[in-house]
Amino acid sequence: MEETTLNNDIHVKLTEKFGEKVTAVSEPYGLLTFVTYKDVIVNVLSHLKEELKFNFLTDITAVHYPGKDHGIAVVYHLHNMVEKVRIRIKVFISEQNPTIPTATTVWKGANWMERETYDLFGVKFEGHPDLRRILNMDDLGVHPMLKQYPLEDPNRVDKKDEFFGR
Amino acid sequence: MNHNHPVFTDNDPQSELVTLNLGPTHPATHGVFQNVLQLDGERIVSGVSTIGYIHRAFEKIAEHRPFYQITPLTDRLNYCSSPINNMGWHMTVEKLLNIQMPKRVDYLRVIIMELSRIADHIICNTIIGQDTGATTTFLYLFQFREHIYEIFEEVCGARLTTNIGRIGGFERDFNDIAFAKIDKFLKEFPKALKEFENLLTRNRIFIDRTAGVAEVTKETALEYSWTGPLLRATGVDYDVRISDPYSSYQDFDFEVPVGTSGDIYDRYLVRNEEMWQSVRIIEQAIVKLKTEPKGIFHADVPEFYLPPKQEVYNNMEALIYHFKIVMGEIDAPKAEVYHAVEGGNGELGFYLINDGGRTPYRLHFRRPSFINYQMFAPMSEGMLLSDAIINMSSMNIIAGELDA
Repeated sequence: MEETTLNNDIHVKLTEKFGEKVTAVSEPYGLLTFVTYKDVIVNVLSHLKEELKFNFLTDITAVHYPGKDHGIAVVYHLHNMVEKVRIRIKVFISEQNPTIPTATTVWKGANWMERETYDLFGVKFEGHPDLRRILNMDDLGVHPMLKQYPLEDPNRVDKKDEFFGR
Repeated sequence: MNHNHPVFTDNDPQSELVTLNLGPTHPATHGVFQNVLQLDGERIVSGVSTIGYIHRAFEKIAEHRPFYQITPLTDRLNYCSSPINNMGWHMTVEKLLNIQMPKRVDYLRVIIMELSRIADHIICNTIIGQDTGATTTFLYLFQFREHIYEIFEEVCGARLTTNIGRIGGFERDFNDIAFAKIDKFLKEFPKALKEFENLLTRNRIFIDRTAGVAEVTKETALEYSWTGPLLRATGVDYDVRISDPYSSYQDFDFEVPVGTSGDIYDRYLVRNEEMWQSVRIIEQAIVKLKTEPKGIFHADVPEFYLPPKQEVYNNMEALIYHFKIVMGEIDAPKAEVYHAVEGGNGELGFYLINDGGRTPYRLHFRRPSFINYQMFAPMSEGMLLSDAIINMSSMNIIAGELDA
């Protein structure tokens, strides 16, 4: 209950500052989640860090939703260690031109997290000091976590959902 | 072109600097790490870390496995404390499914997780001793890791990559031998740990090698998203067990040790104190278990908890549930969940997105070793090579967790 009021506070403060740029607010399992846009993401992050005490960048990653207009979601998890609140921020960017400003200007620790996201999803973080692959080899040529790259033989039929009524 | 695997060679004969490819397989680095260092004498001028040598694409594989098959993947993250990873994953799924765990299961899990934390810290701290030239400490304390593995063996049958427990609890109850072994461990380990501390903590040579080496300020540590003993050594009292209690850690009385300067000596002290606190937690858990009803080792959630094989063969319901779980047909809510546990090296997070399919839509591991390690090369600059080596051992970077 307490957490919800705290989340409401944060939501109100963010809406005051960023207005319509903060959308799709939800609270799955008590974790305040909202969607914002790539033109304000750095402002949102630094506002959360400087003003709302979200001093800790827990994680940056991405999710691929193929076939949508903005098919790649870059997901940030922040943590306010003092008030023990976590927050999740999503930015949907287009699959054809997956660019987003880097968060390394706000947290230095974002460096490798963004490199990993670039390596696995091909998200280009603009302004990143050293954007190269980190886990895979250079001549891999693809960004393997994108859904179009199958893990195993795509002709296997024993694992297809349609055979199980889904 | 920015190359991922830079191997520098000295082409300029007039160059004062020496290039050293430290790794990928160097005996001093305990794992597959490559660091290309520019050396001026023994001092490091600059360094580039290359990782990914044992990248096994766990996040991709996890998108093609039903929930219960992902547990063995988590084993291979931080393989020095596999049970923490296993249980972190189980708790993530339980959070997704809104399963309330019985207290007894929570306490059993706490015992196993704290034992693995001790095993993890034993490795790190004895290796610091080893790398500073004190082989004795390594030999003294390392047998207790063996005793911990014997306990794991008793509980789940495996030692290193444990695959311990199930979604919803354990696959079997702890037997009397396991409890006897835990009791024996609790009796013997404090003596050995005391002995270990006597050898190192006030040891002039050890202090000279570690104190004031690789100091990190709180601000830098937070800026680089450090967690775990490394962050606590800098003076930030962040521990997931306290800030987001899971598995009933709120029922236990323990302290979070913090350091002041974040140097190698402080990290050593923090880890040692955490071992004492872990012993305290296990002792409390043993006492608490006595008041809990006996024989409960899993939550009563037949639709999510893999039934015992005997029942599968003899009981229709169990067969149905077994089939549904194995085929990934459980009714999990379409939701996303982030769950973090305090692993041996820091906050181990699981970010799970479920779309109602047979497998997770996306599973991301927040791996503390990966995030902690990115500061290694920048902080090595200006350091002596031999200091950088013990700095790496004190960061306790586990290659499996680093590369996932």
